[in-house]
Amino acid sequence: MEKYHSANLSDQRIIDALIAQDPDITIEDALENEMIINMGPQHPATHGVLRLVARLDGETVMSVVPELGYLHRGYEKMAENMTYLEYIPHTDRLDYTSTMANNVAYVMAVEKLAGIEVPKRAQYIRMIVAELSRIAGHLVAVGTFALDVGAVTAFMWTFREREKIQNIFDRIAGARFTTSYTRIGGVASDLDSEAIKMIKEFLDQYKDAHEEFEKLLNTNRIFIDRLEGIGILPKEDAINLGITGPNLRGSGVEYDIRRAKPYLFYNEIDFNIPVYNEGDSLARYFVRVDELKESSKIVYQCLDKLPQGPTMANDAKKVLPKKEEIYTKMEELIHDFMLVNFGINPPVGDVYSAVENPKGELGFYIVSNGTGYPWKFKIRSPSFCNLQALPLICKNQMISDVVAIIGSIDPVMGEADK
Amino acid sequence: MYEILTNIFNSEIIAILIAAFLPLFLFILPFALFAVYLERKVSAFMQDRLGPMRTGPYGVLQTVADILKLIQKEDIINKDADKKLFNLAPVLVFAGSYAAFAAIPFTSIYIGTSADIGLFFILAISSLVVAGILMSGWASNNKYSLLGAMRSAAQIISYEIPTALVILSVVMITGTLSLNTMSEIQTAYFWNWTIFGGAEWGIQKILLIPFMIVAFVIFYISSLAEVNRTPFDIPEAESELVAGYHTEYSGMKFAIFFLAEYANMFAVSAIAASIFFGGYQSPFGYFGNLIGLEWLIPLEQLFWFTMKGLFFVFVQMWLRWTLPRLRVDQLMTVCWKYLIPYAFVNLIIIGLISLI
Repeated sequence: MEKYHSANLSDQRIIDALIAQDPDITIEDALENEMIINMGPQHPATHGVLRLVARLDGETVMSVVPELGYLHRGYEKMAENMTYLEYIPHTDRLDYTSTMANNVAYVMAVEKLAGIEVPKRAQYIRMIVAELSRIAGHLVAVGTFALDVGAVTAFMWTFREREKIQNIFDRIAGARFTTSYTRIGGVASDLDSEAIKMIKEFLDQYKDAHEEFEKLLNTNRIFIDRLEGIGILPKEDAINLGITGPNLRGSGVEYDIRRAKPYLFYNEIDFNIPVYNEGDSLARYFVRVDELKESSKIVYQCLDKLPQGPTMANDAKKVLPKKEEIYTKMEELIHDFMLVNFGINPPVGDVYSAVENPKGELGFYIVSNGTGYPWKFKIRSPSFCNLQALPLICKNQMISDVVAIIGSIDPVMGEADK
Repeated sequence: MYEILTNIFNSEIIAILIAAFLPLFLFILPFALFAVYLERKVSAFMQDRLGPMRTGPYGVLQTVADILKLIQKEDIINKDADKKLFNLAPVLVFAGSYAAFAAIPFTSIYIGTSADIGLFFILAISSLVVAGILMSGWASNNKYSLLGAMRSAAQIISYEIPTALVILSVVMITGTLSLNTMSEIQTAYFWNWTIFGGAEWGIQKILLIPFMIVAFVIFYISSLAEVNRTPFDIPEAESELVAGYHTEYSGMKFAIFFLAEYANMFAVSAIAASIFFGGYQSPFGYFGNLIGLEWLIPLEQLFWFTMKGLFFVFVQMWLRWTLPRLRVDQLMTVCWKYLIPYAFVNLIIIGLISLI
């Protein structure tokens, strides 16, 4: 062990973990024939600040240990010192590729805890923005995945489409990236006709853009050769490791919370759940590509079914009043003051609410002691759980495959490190 | 050319120096500036972007600005690097790719050296690049650089074999190793080019066409691998090895690697053009002959040579922004299981045809 002069305590821990994966080797073996390589946290392929320490034999990866926490901001602890309303902007910063879906997931958990009934129109709007944000998230995922295997143009094309979604979000929420669009009891603003027109225009032209993108990659010999049979995650392992989302469906498990435990109005919508049985990187890619099409189908249906009505629940003690009423009416002013300063005070109890996010099951576990602040707050983030599969599926692959596998698992470190 | 210079300056040394630096300053530096700009514009066009637009009209001065920035940059040598090798490596890499230009005929009157073994010289001297790349990877004392250098060495050496085999099959037809002679043979019209079976008419020419096309495809694929372009850019695979063998380089040393890469791109394109597509020869005869201005011919030749070279450079860029990257083992599979056997079979068939 003394041979690692420069190894500090955390490096030592990782080296120990590397050795623990393969108890037969000694540290001398590693120094003799093998190389320990550090990928990240500053590495172009690690999607943010994921750090991997890999033991290489030539270019073959013998074992790999992921090291997380470089983006840890303590969001779970921070939540305990904030009112439920104050926390909404922080959900943007979890999975920052699909902010709207996080907003929706969080307020649904709080509403379940406080027992607020949300108007139908608001729920439909939430479905629309969540699915648009799923499209945005998956576009980033497949684009960066293509970039990881060397196809730069595909990446640019997906980002071009994502840009249009962000323009839509700009119209709906007033912000392109950090949307913070949902409110407890509804959504911040109604979908106006201009926004609906923008969404329809986007979806109409997206079909062609999607086809163009698929043409570039789906039948590309090099792309398929690079990914077929790489990073196979067997069904049982996927379930045991708690993998969710497209990664689980790529391993042949038909589990999608939108179908398994329908929330919002997903039970009224007709959509398929793409499932591939191969469990390799290519299958995970195909699941995402198919989900892109399914999501645009869902948005079309939601726009058709979008009912008229209010977008905020009528519950003065828990739901923020309208801005113009605050300035003109006494009672609304008092309610606004109480809600903003002391919170919505949900009843004592705990709740776990999970939704299907682009990355997988995003769950919020909230314990309330009756005050305006949560007593305990836990985020079940899909990226964190999905990353658990990395040591298993990277074993005996080449170092180029590790890059492809990270891309196919699609972790977002903002969410994994919380 | 060299003789003319000797006569002008009355000194062989000055003539040698001028002959050596002429292509660098007149051709390769402007070409590199233009090619970097072209690459960015081509990629931007393919990706629905504008590319550089701010520096000068349509961003034409972007690469000049980049070069100025690189010159100003601090020259960093990391602490544990092997300084001598670290400094020597970019020079060697550039020397290897630049020396190849000595045997490439730009026009019928300008060629660095009219040695009869031009092609052989190019094959040999461009292997010097491997030594430079290995040196840079080793001297950087960085694991990524080392991996990149190892990949590069394995790749370039493997792909020299199909290149050499294809060149051999062309040499069998033309009967010369000199690129200048080879270009001279393919004179007059484009159907005299080697890819269309050479200048001699007959059954041979018709039979040769398909095999020459196969030879060209093999040559072009292996030349892509030799200059580390996508889909064979694994030595500098950005998403895997950060920047491969030149990860630790900064400032002018990095610029020299960069320059070498672009010089190499043009070198292989020029060789492909010279061997298969008539070199500096115009495809439709010369305008200068038509109107009786003899001095116009070399300029026309330079124009056609540059155009042919640039076309293949453009194809390299086109491929780069379309295709993903192969994996190391797949790269070796392509070379040893497909290109080399096909090149061998092609060589034998072309040999048999030329016996007819």
